[in-house]
Amino acid sequence: MPLPGKWIYYLILLVFCQIKIVSAQEVGYYEKHTPADEHVEEEFDAGKFVIEHVLDAYDWHIASLGDKHYSIPLPIILYSSKPELHNGKKFHVFMSSKFHHGHSDYKGFRISHTEKHNNKIVEVDQQGNELGRPVDLSLTKSVAGAIFASLVLLLVLFAAARTAKRNKGGAPKGIQNLIEPVIIFIRDEIAKPSIGPHYTKFMAPLLSLFFFILLNNLLGLVPIFPFGANVTGNISVTMVLALFTFFVTNVKGNANYWKEIFNPDVPTWLKIPVPLMPFLELTGLITKPFVLMVRLFANMLAGHLIITVFISLIFIFSNLMGATAGFAVSPVSVAFSVFIMLLDVLVSFIQAYVFTLLSAIYFGMATAEHH
Amino acid sequence: MLLTIMTVLLQVTEGAASFSELGAAFAASFTAIGAAYGISRIGASAMEAIARQPEASGDIRSNMIVSAALIEGVSFFAVIVCALVLFV
Repeated sequence: MPLPGKWIYYLILLVFCQIKIVSAQEVGYYEKHTPADEHVEEEFDAGKFVIEHVLDAYDWHIASLGDKHYSIPLPIILYSSKPELHNGKKFHVFMSSKFHHGHSDYKGFRISHTEKHNNKIVEVDQQGNELGRPVDLSLTKSVAGAIFASLVLLLVLFAAARTAKRNKGGAPKGIQNLIEPVIIFIRDEIAKPSIGPHYTKFMAPLLSLFFFILLNNLLGLVPIFPFGANVTGNISVTMVLALFTFFVTNVKGNANYWKEIFNPDVPTWLKIPVPLMPFLELTGLITKPFVLMVRLFANMLAGHLIITVFISLIFIFSNLMGATAGFAVSPVSVAFSVFIMLLDVLVSFIQAYVFTLLSAIYFGMATAEHH
Repeated sequence: MLLTIMTVLLQVTEGAASFSELGAAFAASFTAIGAAYGISRIGASAMEAIARQPEASGDIRSNMIVSAALIEGVSFFAVIVCALVLFV
């Protein structure tokens, strides 16, 4: 079967033709603001604005023009163990537009605004008390962003593989020119020095990690739909990536690796009667992927937060000292934002490189022979 | 002396900011100082090494970036803890 490059292209087109940008008016609900709300609209809540832009959400917010909010609804998938509250059904799939931007309940579910479950879906009983969270498997903004990045990756990488296969031994052509040096870099600078002669088995996880992290980091910086979803700045995503490294390291660990953990070459009093060194080594087993997770998450989240804060400086100043102050701050603020965005591009590359390098080092330590 | 003044001020302005927030803010700034000091030492020694042997500059650059990223990772731990104190 030929490599599915063209099919991926058609799949992406098909998915995106189905998306309608839904304004609050189209779903039949007009976001009417009472006079009290209007006054609140004047104040620019910087903290809320910044946090909303980097956290996950149930719909993909595109723009807010005055009173109308334009956003793309995403599917919500819920499994509840209390079907009596939700018309007798346990499994629910619906679009997030049913919640009308968090202002109404739907079938016993609601987007909560309490402190405990802020912006998450909770179950409500007949009186309107919030009970708890159902099992939430929704396609949120981060998930949709990750899926889009994966589709782009499949498209690009399969195209490169197809051209590489077609002109075997010849000069590289087209997209192969972009991808092949990166793969060679990972093979020669990351995999071979860290893992040794049997590096080919580990090229698949290393390449997947590197390309996924790099593309999600970079796409998170472009503010236009369908890019701009903060995927790697989400600790659940980086936790899963760190778990990949953890599982590959420990599943592929050879006898020498486990011996170094449970029976290292240290004086006997450190092992018996109280196993100090094995305990230390076991905590090291957990902390190494944990550090990977926190490093990537914090770097990406900090970058996005700083960019958003610099842009919101304009609005803070205009609230504080009038519109002219806002205009005066704008060039400075935009210049800073551009500078930080460029820095973030560099940080994206560095973080992807460091994650992959450390994973390769752990794989190498797991399969090292006794010297 | 400075700390006594600040603690007195904090007692007086009860409710505006608590000790925990003061501690978290101080911790975050000290972490920034520590990370900047560590990474500046790496940068300085990398510059010296490149000056001694310019043909090894590629190797030195990659090692410098890796060490800087590792140290930054540790500083981000402290920043996350301070953020947890402040916002959770």
